[in-house]
Amino acid sequence: MKQKTEKIIEEIKIKSAKIGRSLRFMELCGTHSQSVTQNGIKNLLPKNIKLVAGPGCPVCVTDQSDVDVVAGLALAGIPVAVYGDVLNVPGNIMSLKEARQKGADVNVIYDVSEALKIKKEKPNLIFFGIGFETTAPMTAWAIKQGLAVYSAHKLFPPAMDALLANKKIKVDGFINPGHVSAIIGTEVYKRFKVPQVIAGFEGEDILIAVNMLLDQILKNEIKVENEYFRVVKKEGNKKAGKIIGEVFEIVDARWRGLGVIKNSGLKIRKKYQKQDVKFIYEDLIKKIKAEIKLKPSACKCGLVLQGLIESKECPLFGKVCTPDNPQGACMVSVEGGCNIEYRYGK
Amino acid sequence: MYPLAQLADKNDMCLAIPGKIIKINGQIADVNFSGAEKEINISLVDVKKGDYIIVHAGFAIEKLEKENVGEIKNLLRK
Repeated sequence: MKQKTEKIIEEIKIKSAKIGRSLRFMELCGTHSQSVTQNGIKNLLPKNIKLVAGPGCPVCVTDQSDVDVVAGLALAGIPVAVYGDVLNVPGNIMSLKEARQKGADVNVIYDVSEALKIKKEKPNLIFFGIGFETTAPMTAWAIKQGLAVYSAHKLFPPAMDALLANKKIKVDGFINPGHVSAIIGTEVYKRFKVPQVIAGFEGEDILIAVNMLLDQILKNEIKVENEYFRVVKKEGNKKAGKIIGEVFEIVDARWRGLGVIKNSGLKIRKKYQKQDVKFIYEDLIKKIKAEIKLKPSACKCGLVLQGLIESKECPLFGKVCTPDNPQGACMVSVEGGCNIEYRYGK
Repeated sequence: MYPLAQLADKNDMCLAIPGKIIKINGQIADVNFSGAEKEINISLVDVKKGDYIIVHAGFAIEKLEKENVGEIKNLLRK
């Protein structure tokens, strides 16, 4: 295994020298960013190849106002279930952890079936549904089982459209997410006119992906290649796609740091509105939203998410902003660029 | 509350370790992950006993093709 890795690194060095100019590749999945840092990949690569993290951390792109609304509902006495790393994400008003300290009933779950179990004892439990195509099918399944959900689910490809539309962002290639691709397949990515490789999560997967991107650049090709073929199929997971479409419709959505992205959010269809928290608590949510005051912050999470700056360039990083005292979502999630940089970076 | 390290462990969203299906009871399967057994929801995939699956947030999201299982076993041994 080690020999193979050395051989790949050797090839990367030769190819990048041949290309000669500096190259920026963006890894689009938070777990890729973790793997890059854990395996010290940035140090293994030649100096002219730069890997930057993109908006692939689902917790990080969840908008502050969504956190505020769910915290507000929890404080109004409604029991809430959330995935663990959502707990510390700051809203404008507070995080769900702070709501819990004020007496709100906030339950951390690992998967939606746990939420359904809790619901048996707390019938008015609501679930804060976040994440991309990878968690939306589970939420859809749970809605069909009767779970009430506040949907902040997002679709990944529209974020890539938004990144490419921003002329300040220079990307020579994308390392596309593994599990998102397992759901949506490989064809969707063809509309992006940038070299792309779908990659697995091992350090070696990332190195192979970089090597494949270099090949495309050398041959002047722009295509979507699949390095993670052991899991990702061309057509994706049709069952998962079907249940998403059955329960959700596509709407515009606000992303933390990126603003509103067209057709990038998942709203619960009318057919299931009895389980749509935004419908059930419409009036209460209006009241909570009216009280939200945008909190000014020097947090640069939005720029980090777009690969425009590195975590270290943020004036708060490592000083007032640490995993124990996060000022923004990028420091909260274990998949957030700042959190990863703080834990593993030098 | 989970200590931070455990939280990190629990929420590594894209856990890439494949598991082997030991037993199926309707939508739920007993799945072996390198020795640790867990109950996994299999309603999003078409699988049978003995198949290897990739799991995300408690659900199987894809089945691994047989021809790749050798490579996967290599990954598991690492």
